[in-house]
Amino acid sequence: MVESSIVRYYLRKLVIAALVIVVVVWVVTPFIISMLYAFSSKDDYYSPNIIIPIHYTIQHVKMLLDLGATQAIINSVIVAVITILLSFALGLPAGYAFAKFAFKGKDSLKLLIIGLRMFPILVIAVPLVTLYIRLGLNDTLLGVALAHTSMALPFVIIISSSIFAGVPKELEEAAMIFGLDRKGAFFRITMPLALPGLAAAAIFTFIMSWNEVFIASVLTLTHRTLPAFILTSAMAAPDFIKFAAGFIMILPAMIFVFIARKYLITMWGITLK
Amino acid sequence: MVDVHLKGIVKRFGKTIAVNGINLDIRDGEFIVLLGPSGCGKTTTLRVIAGLEKPDEGRVLFGDRDVTYLPPRERNVSMVFQSYAIWPHMKVYDNIAFPLKIKKFPKEEIDKRVKWAAELLQISELLDRYPHQLSGGQRQRVAVARAIVVEPDVLLMDEPLSNLDALLRVKMRSELKKLQRRIKVTTIYVTHDQVEAMTMGDRIAVMNKGKIQQVGRPDEIYLRPANVFVAGFVGTPQMNFFDATVEIKDDEIILDASDFKVRLPKDYLPVLQEYNGKTVIVGIRPEHIYPEGHAPTTAKKLSWVEGTVDFVEALGSDTILHLNTGSMILVVKISGSHRYEIGSKVKVALDLSNIHVFDKESQVSLLYKRQRGVQ
Amino acid sequence: MPNHVSFVEKYLPYILIAPALAYMLFFIGYPLAEGLHLAFTVNGVFSLQNVEYLISSPFSKFWDALTDTFLLVLVIIPIQVAIALGLAMLFNMKFPARHVALYLVILPLTISDVAAGLIWYSMLSANGFFNKILLNIGLIHQPIYFFGYQYRPMEFLAIVITEVWRATAIVFVILFAGLQMISRDHIEAAEVFGATPWQRLRYIVFPMLKPSLQAALLIRTLFAFQIFGVVWVLAGRDIPILAGEAYYEQVELHHTGVAAIYALIIAAISISIGYVYIKLFKAQYLEEGR
Repeated sequence: MVESSIVRYYLRKLVIAALVIVVVVWVVTPFIISMLYAFSSKDDYYSPNIIIPIHYTIQHVKMLLDLGATQAIINSVIVAVITILLSFALGLPAGYAFAKFAFKGKDSLKLLIIGLRMFPILVIAVPLVTLYIRLGLNDTLLGVALAHTSMALPFVIIISSSIFAGVPKELEEAAMIFGLDRKGAFFRITMPLALPGLAAAAIFTFIMSWNEVFIASVLTLTHRTLPAFILTSAMAAPDFIKFAAGFIMILPAMIFVFIARKYLITMWGITLK
Repeated sequence: MVDVHLKGIVKRFGKTIAVNGINLDIRDGEFIVLLGPSGCGKTTTLRVIAGLEKPDEGRVLFGDRDVTYLPPRERNVSMVFQSYAIWPHMKVYDNIAFPLKIKKFPKEEIDKRVKWAAELLQISELLDRYPHQLSGGQRQRVAVARAIVVEPDVLLMDEPLSNLDALLRVKMRSELKKLQRRIKVTTIYVTHDQVEAMTMGDRIAVMNKGKIQQVGRPDEIYLRPANVFVAGFVGTPQMNFFDATVEIKDDEIILDASDFKVRLPKDYLPVLQEYNGKTVIVGIRPEHIYPEGHAPTTAKKLSWVEGTVDFVEALGSDTILHLNTGSMILVVKISGSHRYEIGSKVKVALDLSNIHVFDKESQVSLLYKRQRGVQ
Repeated sequence: MPNHVSFVEKYLPYILIAPALAYMLFFIGYPLAEGLHLAFTVNGVFSLQNVEYLISSPFSKFWDALTDTFLLVLVIIPIQVAIALGLAMLFNMKFPARHVALYLVILPLTISDVAAGLIWYSMLSANGFFNKILLNIGLIHQPIYFFGYQYRPMEFLAIVITEVWRATAIVFVILFAGLQMISRDHIEAAEVFGATPWQRLRYIVFPMLKPSLQAALLIRTLFAFQIFGVVWVLAGRDIPILAGEAYYEQVELHHTGVAAIYALIIAAISISIGYVYIKLFKAQYLEEGR
């Protein structure tokens, strides 16, 4: 009786551990394999008996960069940076208003923003082409960034509002009692406290723009961003070039996410107990 | 209904030890209270009994059944949670019926029992409501009804009254106690409130730092605290403590606190003999110190001390004096309303039959030690 | 002047929100209007030419795209929700290195659809990891082909695997957050009162998780109808999908009007799903309460 209950107890622990391992392996293996294959020598990849490559080369990545990926990476970074600047310039004031003010229609407005976030933003790409042609924005990085901003804006508003709301109102009120006006209180108290969270939000905005492929592919022809470049150019290339492309695409996301890993979880409203 | 035995329970969370070797025998049908400050391990102990936590060491026995590793559902326990844990998506009726449904009682039996429990707790008219339509006190009753409806072997309560307002708490205290007498279920009740513990418990187990400090009837805990912690934790205002040196001359025992001397009766000789010349901790409750003219006629052995009034708390029913005796403050509780001028001199008597002496090192009560030695 | 100050104070929140809102409304409202214009006019005159092409031209894969998109959504979403729910339950338990495991499991959140497609291509291609393992163990003697028009069902399977791998994380995150909002006491109470793990899930967790489940379902479904990168990388037009056809008609064939119709259809589907969601579901006890 006692023995069997002990066995059951530890069996349960074992099952949990096994499940966790299975899940982690399932998620992580493709990452590792794709990275290994990106640097695998051609012979190792095509040899059926070598599962994990033995010989490594950076030739594929280099070849891809020479094919035009370098320019595409630069384009992607430019688009992402403009997107961050625009969406923060427009989104932070709105986020702050939602966090710190009580006003009529606040809930409906917030619901509207959330609703807009649900909107399938890729559908704007095709009609935007005609507008951009008229405005001379077609096939420009600014044009892509403008569209990406409309995708990132609701995210920035919602996240920044929760970050600002996380700064206790009393801190700002105390600053105002001790002689700062609202603007001063914002820049000297709220902003510094919100900065780490906002930096994380910027990182996620960057990744959002960096990863977006449909709008970028439709709106550009010669000034491709990296995903658009890969989608149109690299698909016809040999396998190992594709793996190199995958590696280049996930690398910055991985690095940034590692930097902001603390926020990767909290960004979604999860708190670990 | 069943007796419960805890044998050497140890529970660690990472590096912190929440429960550090607890032994406790709880009798069948008894109402026992685990009393202690927050973080003393009382809730963890309760959760170990419930089966929600597995101890790292030790055994939990229900009767002679070892339940240490059994999941809660195989223990036939019930619990009232501090947060009540009333499921928000179920009506009151379904909340109370849930334990019965899980145990596959027939429908009529479920209905009968739910109505019985609801009536007992006077919530019959609430059965059709959702939890969010209830007040805090009503939710508390639902939680209790749900806990007793299965007729558990052991009823566990984790600070069930701490979320109620003061008036309701007093009312529920007596109601819960009466309810427990009626259904005679072995009850383990966790609280940090000494008044709850004193009024409700058949016995109290005072806990601190993961260990049981003393187990006993409420009056035992109050009159004969086992150590400085128990003495200080039970009773308001807190017991006065001061260091004193023991001097035994001929037949006389003198406790020399720097500000004053206390001449103890000879009864203390066997206890204090070996402490001659050493320092002990002396404790006396504020209600056992009487200003001139307030000493009850029953108090025979008194020792007088003079001090200056430092501060007065007028509570209406009681008056609390803070007396400065030179280098320390004696707190004195006088029943009734009295006026004292701050700065005035007052003579007070220590009731020597209610004095406590503790070992300076181990903080254990010398009187209690002797008692246990006699047993 | 004081008047002016109070005016600004009073309308400050609106002033702060207005630019963002105007931007959003322009960038969604204008394309929708323009889309309608593009779809239903030819040379400035109302015309159903684009619709006719869409429905009946041999070059158009509209019906295939419509069925395949729905098929993918119907297959992928239930798998994702089931796995995510199990994962959320699993991670709600205590075990060593939980934080690290959690971090690893939500890593795919950061991966683009194109990259996910490429990653799984390296896993499933004829010379990929999966085939090499099976070949070397001796389970198979010929590689299993996942890609190419003649292997369309396998392509479909590869897409499903990739999407499950990539986008289950977002469902998981929402459900896990919801699960963490359920107070531990509620679940433990059921445990104490005799519920088995399954009963706890069925009677306590599931009903209380309903709002999160609905939110996750909504978000995931909306995004699933926009599926593009994974399919385009793994199967091209072998498995036509709505967004893919929009892209193809626009970029390859320059049928802007047809592409606009595709865009409008995706928008219409999304809006209807959102509408149905708001109308149909609402956790009863939440609606009645606060």
